[in-house]
Amino acid sequence: MNNPEDNRPPGERDWSVVVEDGIAKSNQPVSSAVADPAATTRRHEPHEPAREHLPERLYEPRKAVHNKRIDGPFRRFKWLVMLVTLGIYYVTPWIRWDRGPYAPDQAVLVDLANRRFYMFSIEIWPHEFYFVAGLLIMAGIGLFLVTSAVGRAWCGYACPQTVWTDLFQHVDRFVDGDRNARIRLDAAPWTWSKVARRAFKWSIYLFIGFWTGGAWIMYFADAPTLVEDFWRGEAASVAYITVAVLTLTTVTLGGFMREQVCIYMCPWPRIQTAMMDEKSLLVTYKDWRGEPRGSVKKAAKNPDRFGDCIDCTQCVQVCPTGIDIREGPQIGCITCGLCIDACDRVMDDIGRPPGLIDYATLEDCEREAAGEAVKSPWRTLLRPRAIAYTMIWAGIGGALLFALGTRSHTELTVAPDRNPPFMLMSDGSVRNSYTLKIRNMESRPRAMEIAVESLPGALMWTDTINRDEASATQRVTVPADLVRAVRAYVAVPAGTAAQQFEFRITSLDEQRETDVVETRFDAPEDE
Amino acid sequence: MANKRIDQPTGTPTVGHEWDGIEELDTPLPRWWLWTFYLTIAFAVGYVIAYPAWPMIDRATEGVLGWSSRGELAEEMSAADQARATMREQLARIPIERLPEDGPLMQQAVAGGAAAFRVNCVQCHGSGAAGSQELGYPNLNDDDWLWGGDLKAIEYTLAHGIRQAGDDETRSSVMPPFAGAFDTAQLNALTDHVLAFSGKAESNPVGARIYADNCAACHGIRGEGDRAQGAPTLNDAIWLRGSSREAIKQQILDPRMGMMPKWEGRLDPVTLKMLAAYVHSLGGGEDFVEVAEDPEVAVDEQP
Repeated sequence: MNNPEDNRPPGERDWSVVVEDGIAKSNQPVSSAVADPAATTRRHEPHEPAREHLPERLYEPRKAVHNKRIDGPFRRFKWLVMLVTLGIYYVTPWIRWDRGPYAPDQAVLVDLANRRFYMFSIEIWPHEFYFVAGLLIMAGIGLFLVTSAVGRAWCGYACPQTVWTDLFQHVDRFVDGDRNARIRLDAAPWTWSKVARRAFKWSIYLFIGFWTGGAWIMYFADAPTLVEDFWRGEAASVAYITVAVLTLTTVTLGGFMREQVCIYMCPWPRIQTAMMDEKSLLVTYKDWRGEPRGSVKKAAKNPDRFGDCIDCTQCVQVCPTGIDIREGPQIGCITCGLCIDACDRVMDDIGRPPGLIDYATLEDCEREAAGEAVKSPWRTLLRPRAIAYTMIWAGIGGALLFALGTRSHTELTVAPDRNPPFMLMSDGSVRNSYTLKIRNMESRPRAMEIAVESLPGALMWTDTINRDEASATQRVTVPADLVRAVRAYVAVPAGTAAQQFEFRITSLDEQRETDVVETRFDAPEDE
Repeated sequence: MANKRIDQPTGTPTVGHEWDGIEELDTPLPRWWLWTFYLTIAFAVGYVIAYPAWPMIDRATEGVLGWSSRGELAEEMSAADQARATMREQLARIPIERLPEDGPLMQQAVAGGAAAFRVNCVQCHGSGAAGSQELGYPNLNDDDWLWGGDLKAIEYTLAHGIRQAGDDETRSSVMPPFAGAFDTAQLNALTDHVLAFSGKAESNPVGARIYADNCAACHGIRGEGDRAQGAPTLNDAIWLRGSSREAIKQQILDPRMGMMPKWEGRLDPVTLKMLAAYVHSLGGGEDFVEVAEDPEVAVDEQP
């Protein structure tokens, strides 16, 4: 591997500046926050930039993030969200919900084998997948809404990657100590004590990963039964494979890759960058207030020269993705607000007003920098785009609820036989055959009446009802929560012309649900 | 030589080319990504060792696992056969008369029969079992049966075929040709009389007398046919070879008589049972009581 690293000692900046055509060029990256805005256009000027001989870099090694412990309103909010989300994840499969003897009693269950999705009192069949699609659309628009109102709040608090990374970082802190201790341990040689420490930590990782996968499978089978089968080694192999895969991905993504997932793998930050505008709330370093940076001592000597930022790098140390928020908005910033907690604490300590790093919109930043009054947070949230997203989101939700409330639990589909289209019987009557599919979505067997309508003289019998019992209506029992296929034979007296007619299905219970399907009766043309 | 340099705002090297002022950043990929590439190489090596991979002249290298797609198919087929074994065993044991009483087994038999029908029977009877009037292949959906339409009779027909030389038990009947026996007027009268059974023409004494002398012995006085001999019913709406006067005349003068292969020995008894169940299920199947005159209808009351 050919990756000659920069041979300068780390942390030392190359401050040399090359002046070419009156334009200062640095050899070091300049943050977009401090670069002058014309810098991006400078390349377009008709001149050949200075030749540089750059070392070829094949890859970018990961710089481990050892975030420091911090407490504050945002940290507490993060704890709360973690508690709620993990609570939902682990507790949900254990909630019971009585549905009678013909259906499972698990409140939330994705029954893949029987193709049913249960969620409390709602039961969804595969043909109603539009409910799931609607929920996914709502989730998507919900993310749009959250992004347009409060920026990347999803990334910062509720995303599973964030929640689990947070969890693993707490494990790091629990086992190895806070930031400095972890940095020291990382740099330390592999002694037996380090090996023991790492083994202990990684087994906690594995334990968390295992329980993550272990909770996931509970959504796909009856949880108490599955737990018992799982430990007895009698569960389906797919259960073990799922747990193994999820253990592996949890440990890899949460334990080792962490912020790399957000920066390199996740598409959502990219989409969000396109959705943010000058009115989106962002975690922002107020550079007009903070720059130029100078320590408290320096500022005391030179009262007017320095801004409020004392360059203590607390905001960098507490960051779970290891970025420097002072460089400006960036893809690595998940807007968790921990740097706000850190900075406010420092500002409090040195007696400067808080909010040097704060949730703010770009618009407000400009206004504040110009010395004008800022909008209240509520006015920031209640803007047309957020309201429009809310209305769309609520509209879809309302439509789904309406569809759910009015859907019928009885349905009929009819497939007429096309080969042969009709059948002449020995008494001259003409018979057509149909495959009826009668759907009973109730969790109990139901008697249903099939009726042939608008077809004079029609007699019907089925694969289970003999021809000598033929009649215009027949009664069948459809098992609980199933579709029953019925072969229906409909015969009409000789001379009846081909025509449209209807099958009607009616449930013979107090619901009296009914469904009508129009279909065609074929007859010989010359008779 | 590309002019590589650092992009000032981002601090990232460019690839060194410029197109109308547009440059591309050469962001280095993260190291774990590189590891992923190495992992895929390791996987590929493992795969080549474990599974068939290198194409040789007439076959691929065999992996150490010994897996092959044909082998997997064979395994799946045998698993499917295993899964059907119980059903086939039950079918083999149950007398066909008892089959309709066992609803689920009957359903499975019908499903299996449908599959066997598509392989063995559709060539003549058609995929919808509607037969062909032009070629004289009977329609199996209707309620008109030459040799009986209960399960047992259908199974018998399937097993022994129709007019199969070399099988003593085959269904067999012969209608003599009447070419030259009648003049045109007599033939017209007879045709009228035959059509009159189903109300398609006026009956007449000449035709009636000819019919009584020549045809009634097999087809019955009122054209009711006789299943014991395989004599078709003439007084219903169904005509195997058409109800036009020409078709009937041709059938009187030079009768065409169909054949059906015997399937006993070519298909196993269980498949025959399933086929019988399927044909019976097409909508015209009869119960046992109605065909007491069928040769093989002695119902075994001891299952």
